[in-house]
Amino acid sequence: MNHKIVSYMVGRILQIEAALLLLPCLISLIYTEWHSSLALLASALIAFVIGCVCTHLLGKNDKMIFAKEGFAIVALAWISMSLVGALPFYISREIPKFVDAFFETVSGFTTTGASILTNVEKMSRGLLFWRSFTHWIGGMGVLVFVMAIFPQESGRSIHIMRAEMPGPSVGKLVPRIRTTAKLLYIIYIVMTVVQIVLMLFGGMPLFASVLHAFGTAGTGGFGILNDSIASYSPYLQWVIAIFMLLFGINFNLYYLFLIKHFRAALKSTELWVYLGIVAVSTTIITFNIYNTFNTFSDAVRTSFFQVSSIMTTTGFATADFNLWPSLSKTILLTLMFIGSCAGSTGGGIKVSRIIIVMKTIFRDIKRMLHPRSVGSVKFEGKILDLHTTNGVSVYFAIYFILFFIILLLISFGSAFDIETNFSAAAACFNNIGPGLGAVGPTSNFAAYTGFSKIVLSFAMLLGRLEIFPILLIFTPIFWKKK
Amino acid sequence: MKIIISGCGKIGSTIISNLVEENHDIVAIDSNPAVVAELTNIYDIMGICGNGADSDILDEAGVSDADLFVSVAGSDELNMISCFLAKKLGAKHTVARISTPEYNDKSLAIMKQHLEISLTINPERLAAHDLFNVLKFPSAVKIESFSRRYLEIIEIKLKDDSLLDGVKLMDIRTKFNAKVLVCCIQRGDEVFIPNGTFVLKSGDKIGVAATHQELLKFFKALGRSQKMAKDVMLLGGGRISYYLADLLTDIGTSVKIIEIDEKVCETLSEGLTKATIIHGDGAQQELLIEEGLLTTDAFVSLTGMDEENILISIFAQSQNVPKVIAKVNRDELYAMAGKLGLDSLVSPKKIVSDLIISYARALQNSMGSSVETLYKLMDDKAEALEFNVIENPELVNIPLKDLKLKANILIGGIIRNRKTIIPGGNDIISAGDKVVVIAANHKLQDLSDILEK
Repeated sequence: MNHKIVSYMVGRILQIEAALLLLPCLISLIYTEWHSSLALLASALIAFVIGCVCTHLLGKNDKMIFAKEGFAIVALAWISMSLVGALPFYISREIPKFVDAFFETVSGFTTTGASILTNVEKMSRGLLFWRSFTHWIGGMGVLVFVMAIFPQESGRSIHIMRAEMPGPSVGKLVPRIRTTAKLLYIIYIVMTVVQIVLMLFGGMPLFASVLHAFGTAGTGGFGILNDSIASYSPYLQWVIAIFMLLFGINFNLYYLFLIKHFRAALKSTELWVYLGIVAVSTTIITFNIYNTFNTFSDAVRTSFFQVSSIMTTTGFATADFNLWPSLSKTILLTLMFIGSCAGSTGGGIKVSRIIIVMKTIFRDIKRMLHPRSVGSVKFEGKILDLHTTNGVSVYFAIYFILFFIILLLISFGSAFDIETNFSAAAACFNNIGPGLGAVGPTSNFAAYTGFSKIVLSFAMLLGRLEIFPILLIFTPIFWKKK
Repeated sequence: MKIIISGCGKIGSTIISNLVEENHDIVAIDSNPAVVAELTNIYDIMGICGNGADSDILDEAGVSDADLFVSVAGSDELNMISCFLAKKLGAKHTVARISTPEYNDKSLAIMKQHLEISLTINPERLAAHDLFNVLKFPSAVKIESFSRRYLEIIEIKLKDDSLLDGVKLMDIRTKFNAKVLVCCIQRGDEVFIPNGTFVLKSGDKIGVAATHQELLKFFKALGRSQKMAKDVMLLGGGRISYYLADLLTDIGTSVKIIEIDEKVCETLSEGLTKATIIHGDGAQQELLIEEGLLTTDAFVSLTGMDEENILISIFAQSQNVPKVIAKVNRDELYAMAGKLGLDSLVSPKKIVSDLIISYARALQNSMGSSVETLYKLMDDKAEALEFNVIENPELVNIPLKDLKLKANILIGGIIRNRKTIIPGGNDIISAGDKVVVIAANHKLQDLSDILEK
């Protein structure tokens, strides 16, 4: 393990975070919130100083990045970023306990949207902005951002990108990693701006539009009102629901659209399966909850919004789905695990992995019936090698083992029923936010013990970084010098 | 520039590693997923797994806006088809590796024209040419020639008792009475361009630029054997051996090829009537000695195994063969073989990659004074480039001593009207000349890049 480059990159990330913290600081100055602006400024300074110590004293940019270093950089960068990002909440005393502030920040960066705040509306605007801004930063990934702005001389930095970008296989859009990162961010920024403009048309104030766009783009789910999106007009609900769906699609497809390869983009199996699942789930839930609504369009909108929000792992809500019949709740719980497409900003297992696992299962069943049959797993028109299918199967296994470990850990000393604990673990691990029962859309995670909050914070990091980076830093062999 | 490399074997990956340093957008195509994965892990390039002659794969690689398409897979036919397809799909220039001896000059010319291939390269033939040059001039480790051999740059290593030990560079011309220019020096791991006050030490590897005649004079004065090898033993009957034997027997050199495979021996003896073909295992020292290793002028080890080449060459060196050359393909072994005392090494993939780089630089710079030839010297740490000079007020008709050159750059030769000038401070460059520049730690695109800005 090359400790120097790891330290250097983590320091770089903290310096960037310091710069990013200045933006909410500016916002709070505009709204003359002196208290929170000071807290944000102080945090920025701390981040900058620690960052400089890491880059100059402890680290060195010697460009020796291999797979191991890539994982370590990503894991440590995310953890230290969350620790520093929690400072403004803690220093300003708007979230008095550091564990709570850490949970909230991790929830922000991992685009989960699970909150411990009992009253969001009481927060100062500067900190609300920072809270939602963490979604936007975490959505596309900080290290991808670093790659977009700093020239990387070593081609091996693909290891970092691979560790941070979700999906079973990370491909580049263009030959160069820096151009790829830039393109991804350009697509991301343009889509966010379009959403802000559309919401402004719908009469939402600028501040709210920007924050909701951040929450949607990162598929996070932090809102600014206690009832999330429920009090906004149907038009705004439609805009948010559709944009959630869009941000849950693989960004590579947008690039294909950009370079006018429409046919290639529309040929994506994952896209159609993703849209298919959304359509089927929406239909079933609509008929399941139809009788509680006055008009059919209300029922369609509400169920589509909830399906889109849960499937893309955003976590906005327009209805308290806790009160829905158990069929609808079970569908939503299933969608939590499926998640969005690979290469999007969303979390969960990812549709592409589900497809690959299903195809692997069918092939193996066929092989059991016809032991001499030869079959291969094809996905997106390409034959997958054993390495990839194995990787996906292992990912599945680890995913569920870890899920039950998390569930077990938060059940210790927990006052909640199994539905709450199960959905809380699922909602955090899959980066959704609200769960069912006592952590449903109208309530929050405040009542969990400090220990459970730390466990859930790590669950969120595991989910966002797709398990391995975080898991590896807990293994001793990973840190051995040789 | 956007460059697509199809076929990422030894040659392909060397080309990629060199082009990456030149800041091109590179897409690599190979049918082996492991190779593609490895390359994309190491270099900042896009990798696509598939057949280079599949139009879908070429589309995916973005062939329609590629500036250069290079197909260097093992199969000549695949390379031809890939290049043809790439050209038809919009690639601006195509380069194919074609190395079967049966595709001779005539059929190659027809194919080049009709498949619209911009450049065909034959690594084995190029390697054979390089070896041929060195065998004609055995005192040198390596010879690079410019502009139809009006100027040559040779690399030599100063032995312990060398007459050059302790000599100041500015005194060389008077002391040895030869118009030569020491243009780059490798001492230890460092490579630099020296000035006149530099003092040579034994153990240095130096690059000397001069015309062929002057070099002969220089070596005579140095007292080093400069006799052309008249009797050459080649180990291994691959394509390089075939081409080399062909070249050597043409000028009357006696050639003996030792090859282990009987079938290959038969084919060789059909193609090379003047050479002696021996069927036997070259790793057997007895056989080598029986076939006259002790009396041969030069021994070239060209088997497919780097390790075998190195070890047998060391053996030949221990038997006091005047000139021993080993073919070494793997970079790690190349460096190690140098440390083991083998100073003459040949690596076909390096030759090809030099060629592709000079071609890419020339394409990138088709407007200015373009790169005509490029060679990497001193273990790739310095470059010698030949430029065609065009009218440029900053450069042309100014005495060289008044030009503000960047550090570590030297003008090694000017070729004007078929005459070679080894320049001094009062010489000038004029439009229409060919200029050879030696640069360490620079990547020159245009002749004007040599000026301090």
